[in-house]
Amino acid sequence: MKGISSNDSLPPSRERPPVVVIAAAAVAAGLFLLPLLGLLIRTPWTRLGSVLTSDTVLDALRISLLSSVTAAVLACILGVPLAWMLSRYEFRGRQALRSIVTLPMVLPPVVGGVALGSVFGRGGFVGGPIESGSGLLLQFSFWGIVLANTFVAMPFLVITTEAALNAVNRRYEAAAATLGASGPRVFTTITIPSIWPGLKAGIVLAWARAFGEFGATLTFNGSLQGRTQTMPLAVFVELSDDTDAAIAIAIIMVAVSLIVLTSLRDRWWNPS
Amino acid sequence: MMVTVFAAASLTDAMTELADEFMMDNPGYDIELNFGGSATLREQLLAGAPADVFAPADEATMEEVESLIAGHPVVVATNHLELAVPAGNRHGVTTLADLARDDLVVGLCARGVPCGDLAAMLLDHSGVVAAPDTEEPNVRSLLLKIENAEVDVGLVYRSDVIGSNGSVQSIDLHEGIDLQNRYPIATMDDAANLSAATAFVEFVASDAGANVLETYGFGRP
Repeated sequence: MKGISSNDSLPPSRERPPVVVIAAAAVAAGLFLLPLLGLLIRTPWTRLGSVLTSDTVLDALRISLLSSVTAAVLACILGVPLAWMLSRYEFRGRQALRSIVTLPMVLPPVVGGVALGSVFGRGGFVGGPIESGSGLLLQFSFWGIVLANTFVAMPFLVITTEAALNAVNRRYEAAAATLGASGPRVFTTITIPSIWPGLKAGIVLAWARAFGEFGATLTFNGSLQGRTQTMPLAVFVELSDDTDAAIAIAIIMVAVSLIVLTSLRDRWWNPS
Repeated sequence: MMVTVFAAASLTDAMTELADEFMMDNPGYDIELNFGGSATLREQLLAGAPADVFAPADEATMEEVESLIAGHPVVVATNHLELAVPAGNRHGVTTLADLARDDLVVGLCARGVPCGDLAAMLLDHSGVVAAPDTEEPNVRSLLLKIENAEVDVGLVYRSDVIGSNGSVQSIDLHEGIDLQNRYPIATMDDAANLSAATAFVEFVASDAGANVLETYGFGRP
């Protein structure tokens, strides 16, 4: 499928980049690396083992991984059709919808959680009737985390996927359709492979955002160890009690996300 | 003269009024307030944040910055936990034992946070095994959920109930257990203006200061 994707650019150059570029890139890299270094310096390495095997952290890790992966999958299932609509169809309110998609990125997550609560919470106009009708409670449950995670993470997927869809050379799709391929067939054999680099970047970004989600989850869904306490919530609770343990949990989060991202890198994350 | 005060989030309303009154009586003084969770403020101070006065929500937090304060801290207020329910008490909550009810969404503060530790002690003393649906990392996020009727019953500070302007109502605890946390205040050792900082601390600790704190639901020590 290499020929179809729009990746016709030259391979990376072996020449030396301009000094200005090196300088700016070094500052940018430093901005990422130095805080990580700072965290590593403060990490209580001798306690890492006992923190990692504590019930609190094992539970939180399980809940975080499950909820963030579920949210990334949901964001994909719901977000790709939305990106498809935004990219391919002209309809009233398209621009407005496009702006609304970025709302969760702009909104302080805590406010996002309050907003989710007023819809899906127990007093909300969706959550209230569901609870009184069926007794089901979304809030304070695992699915409440997934909801908050999906809310904050889906914009990353929609935006990258829409950009990828816009960059697709539509003549290939048209050609396949002319040759008799059905709509779904064109989508799965031509469109998806063409947008795959963008789509997988979107999935990774959405997962990472969901994994680190804190504010919306706390405000909407609360935190209960073993049931709804994710890693970021565990970090925050520990921060007011045992700073060392909080940093140890944060380091575990960094390690888990690095492991996930680097293991995906060869198959997924490497654009070439 | 500028005095920078780091104060516990639960003191927000009371300390703001205290600062206003102080500045009214003492023209030329400028009180700058910085509110946050006691632990957050403690971390900032230990990291070298410039402050002249520190007023956390419990004595344990003050002890951890002992090396940074001038003289001895003074306890200026007390606070205790109350059962709080959304206004109207639709679920008929009457005692601490209601915190064990399965049909209610129960909220507490997490252990390690002052209000959570106090709640754990209170429940321990009363022999109630609570069935929480959420353990919030600070009292404000718990209060918000009670205000929005998302949590049916929780344990929050009396001052929080008073400050919630009627959206939350408290249930008298007849258990007769007197557990409270005590709010100390102290000037910092490296205060930019020690005399101004001391003057403000003395005002907060005065009878007039106690009256203001009382109107916001705090007790006299």
